[in-house]
Amino acid sequence: MSSDTVIEAKGLTKTYGRAVAVDHISFSVGRGEIFGLLGPNGAGKTTTILMLLGLTDISGGEVSVLGFNPAREPLSVKRRVGYLPDTVGFYDQLTAADNLRYTARLIGFRFAEREKRIAEALEQVGLSDSADHAVGTFSRGMRQRLGLAEILMKGAQIAILDEPTSGLDPHATTELLSIIRRFKAEGVSVLLSSHLLERVQSVCDRVALFSAGRIALMGTVSELGREVLGAGYVVDIEAEGAGLADRLALIPGVSGVEQTGIGKLRLHADRDVRPEAAAEVVAMRGRLKYLGVQEPSLEAIYNHYFESKPDEAPKEGTRHAA
Amino acid sequence: MRREGSAFNGLGVVMLKELADHLTSIRFIILELIVMLIAVGTVWVATQQIKDTVAEDPFLFLKFFTTSNDPLPSFIFWLSLLVPVMAIGLTFDAVNGEHNRRTLSRILSQPIYRDALLFGKFLGALMTLAIALVVLWLLVIGLGLLFIGIPPGGEEIARAFVFLLVTIVYAGVWLSLALLFSILFRSAATAALATLGLWLFFYVIWPVLAGELATIIVPPDPRYAALGLQTPGTVVLEQILARLSPSTLFGEIVVAILDPTTRALGPIYLSQLQGAVLGAPLPLGASVLIAWPQIVGLIATTIILFVIGYVVFQRQEVRA
Repeated sequence: MSSDTVIEAKGLTKTYGRAVAVDHISFSVGRGEIFGLLGPNGAGKTTTILMLLGLTDISGGEVSVLGFNPAREPLSVKRRVGYLPDTVGFYDQLTAADNLRYTARLIGFRFAEREKRIAEALEQVGLSDSADHAVGTFSRGMRQRLGLAEILMKGAQIAILDEPTSGLDPHATTELLSIIRRFKAEGVSVLLSSHLLERVQSVCDRVALFSAGRIALMGTVSELGREVLGAGYVVDIEAEGAGLADRLALIPGVSGVEQTGIGKLRLHADRDVRPEAAAEVVAMRGRLKYLGVQEPSLEAIYNHYFESKPDEAPKEGTRHAA
Repeated sequence: MRREGSAFNGLGVVMLKELADHLTSIRFIILELIVMLIAVGTVWVATQQIKDTVAEDPFLFLKFFTTSNDPLPSFIFWLSLLVPVMAIGLTFDAVNGEHNRRTLSRILSQPIYRDALLFGKFLGALMTLAIALVVLWLLVIGLGLLFIGIPPGGEEIARAFVFLLVTIVYAGVWLSLALLFSILFRSAATAALATLGLWLFFYVIWPVLAGELATIIVPPDPRYAALGLQTPGTVVLEQILARLSPSTLFGEIVVAILDPTTRALGPIYLSQLQGAVLGAPLPLGASVLIAWPQIVGLIATTIILFVIGYVVFQRQEVRA
């Protein structure tokens, strides 16, 4: 594996008796990348994560995390990887700082380093003021942030987050996603699983869509959009200027122009035509107010994919979620 | 195929956390209060009894543990009743509690093995109980000194100390049983009920059942009955069956250790008593030797129950 790949899975399989939970999946995650494992509950996301951490046996295939084999060298993997489980729990009677102290002792940090790391981590997730409050009084969003603080404190190179945003209100979700982006800024790779497609779309560099234990689709959201929806780019323009629609229609690659409102136009194109569109408006001495490209919606991709392949659609009740 | 690193990485950390949790828990404080009350009560009652009868007994101090004053039972009776309850109370939710609080997968994602968590939980609870029992032991001895004013002899203290150690071992049996059930049952209430049920079975029902079973398997010989004696085969079988219960084993050890005149734990033939000075005390070493199989039995039970729990826990899925 290359030095820029932190997680590499090949034909990873997990079976429970005759039931197959994860079926020969292969993927890789690069350094500093945010990789999303998306799919309905019970599609095998959590099982995959537990195999990466060496917390459950691997039935078949190979996996390497930072060059270590989680089944053979779990301690090396767990020392370098932070994990935020689905609905993370803390010891309610202990304070936030004490909960982190326990983890820090388990990791083996010495006293001075421990206190410094804990204070920094709590600061970064905005929990400094609640450091000495019992976790029992924390909201769900605060617990999730405390879980991220634990990963920060650990100084992990990879953060594995299982359903980090489920059950959070929009404000808490936004906060959490901004912390996750900060992980990326610090060069930490993030593997996150979710069944909430829209939310995750905004942070993930690449995604893998899980279905019934397999990866149905993998790539960047726009790649998947073109592959599945077949649609090209949709560019919205808000500008003033006579005859603008006709001029824009002449841009190579534009297949159609429609009026969506007063001074609002929508272009359908097979590539990103924003630069040319902007140049046209400016050339006409028009006033450009808005120019944007619509990302394909992950939800649309997902639904479209499984509508077109009903035999692969996730079946209810075949497998049980975490 | 050796796994990397030590299985005991983080063991001390887990143990100390468990110890701190237990010692500050309300559950423990309540249990400790009950035990203290019983200690003070029974020692005071025993003192009243001892003051009436004493003078010649060379092992006066041990009487604090064994003397009962109708209708109040003796200290060891209370202890044999309460030690299992305390042990079960401390560990019935050890593993399933972590599951239900959803802390298990987070803790196990730290660089430790599951071994450390399980060992740490067992040792933390055992140390908690040991601290409670040592305090209780010192309390009884101190109160004894206060009430009768005669200092105990070296052998008495030695015997009382062996008794303390055996009590801790006995607590270990119930700790590992409760720990096993906390692994087997996801619900803490189910685990507590199952463990308490099993304890009641061994404590109350099994001794009766053992006698009945022995009579069925080896029917009493009418010739012995005619002489007013018990049939040896039946008695021996009854004892073998009764000793399957840890409570029976503990009871026998206590008798051998705290009553120096005990020469055997079970039926003996007249021929075996030839030359014996009945009622003469045995040295401590000999008393321990008499109870040795029982002590080993308790330790072995603890280890076996722990190992079963360990194997199940290693194979269990961590997901909540």
